[in-house]
Parts: sequence; structure tokens; C-alpha cells
Amino acid sequence: MKLNILYFAWVRERVGQSQEAYETSAATVADLIFELVARDAGYAAAFVDLSAICVAVDQELSDFTTSLVDCREVAFFPPMTGG
Amino acid sequence: MSARVQEAAFDFQAEMTAFQSAVTRSGAVVSFTGVVRDDTGSLDYMFIEHYPGMTQAALRNFADQATEKFGLEKALVIHRHGRLQPGEAIMMVATAARHRKDAFAGADYLMDYLKSRAPFWKKEVSKGSATWVASKDQDEAALAAWSLESAAKES
Repeated sequence: MKLNILYFAWVRERVGQSQEAYETSAATVADLIFELVARDAGYAAAFVDLSAICVAVDQELSDFTTSLVDCREVAFFPPMTGG
Repeated sequence: MSARVQEAAFDFQAEMTAFQSAVTRSGAVVSFTGVVRDDTGSLDYMFIEHYPGMTQAALRNFADQATEKFGLEKALVIHRHGRLQPGEAIMMVATAARHRKDAFAGADYLMDYLKSRAPFWKKEVSKGSATWVASKDQDEAALAAWSLESAAKES
């Protein structure tokens, strides 16, 4: 399946891009992270501390066990600092 | 309930005048404004990044939750993004309820959700070097306290 992956804040800076279309057969968010980390040092640096990574699947806050079945958009970002 | 995400500055006085004139049943109107703070005197500017597809829906959702939880007549959330100078308003919330406790609690609840569940990220640029603002444990604790309070009421 083809996913649109978005990156925000320092995750975006480490990965080196704000979004990409990515072909994957990852079943869950955790599987997807595992694939991304293997791609290059930028991804590895972005995901080095998973306790500092939040994820939204199709724009809903999710967690690493969330299924990617029928999903179109995944976003990775640090803990939010609004307000 | 209304929620807006915008780059431009907002006119607090005009927003509050419009908010209050649309209120008919409430005896209490509360507002909160968040302002860019410069603790060290060296902040050049703050940059706020957000997740455009998700932000608006998240704010709207929080405003609806606060309305239901505290029986608010009306709630408003405005949050800015982009480049902001020290002293500029970042965001505001306003709530209207029959009595002050619900209006204050509704605004407080909205703020706690905005702090750590709305997809915004603050970056501070001081003397040319940029630092992403870290989230605070106390913000998570504040959210957990609302859940505990709900659980206590239900049991």
C-alpha cells in the first residue's frame, strides 16, 4: 500500500523532509518505524528515542500498536507543545 | 462552538465583544490569552509549527468536549501559528456558563488539552540558535487529573 508519511518539528528536521509517499506492507505503526529506521541515519536519528515520538494515523492520535490497514496518512512528531 | 487556526494576529477586544454579545443564558464569561514570553531577554522570535489537516478538528473537538463536560453555553478557541514576536498573543480561549465555576473550569480544561493534545510545536530562536520547546511532565499530569476526576464522579 502507498502511505503519505508526514514529519513535524525536530522529527522533520532529522528525517530531512516534511512528507513523502512511501510504499510499504507494514501492518502496524511499529512495523513502519522499523522499516524507516533501516533506511538511513536521518531516520535512525529521528526515531532513536521512541518515548519522544508521537504518532497520528489518519489524523487521529494513535500508538505504535495501531494497525495500518486501510490507512492513508501517518504523521510522526514530538510531544505537542501548544497553548 | 468555534475553533480557529490562523497565522494572523487576532483582535482580543473584538473577539470578546462578539463572544459576549452572542451569549444569552450565561452569567459568567471567562477568557485566557497566552502570550510569547521572553524569560532571558534574548528571544528573537518564536516559531509555531502545526499539522494543518489535524489542528482545526482537534481544537473543535476539545471545544465540544469542554462544552459538554461543563455545560457551557459557548466556547471559543483561537490558536496562531508561524512567526511570533515576544509579547504577541499566541492563542486565546473564552467560555460562557451560567456560573463562574464552570466557566473557569471549562477554560482550564481547554488549556490543558491545548498544551499537550493539539498538534502544535513551539521553537524558540535566540541569538540565531533555535531550540524546540520540550513538553512538560506537569502538562501530562494536568490532563491525567481531569481523567481521574471523571472516573471519581462516575464511581
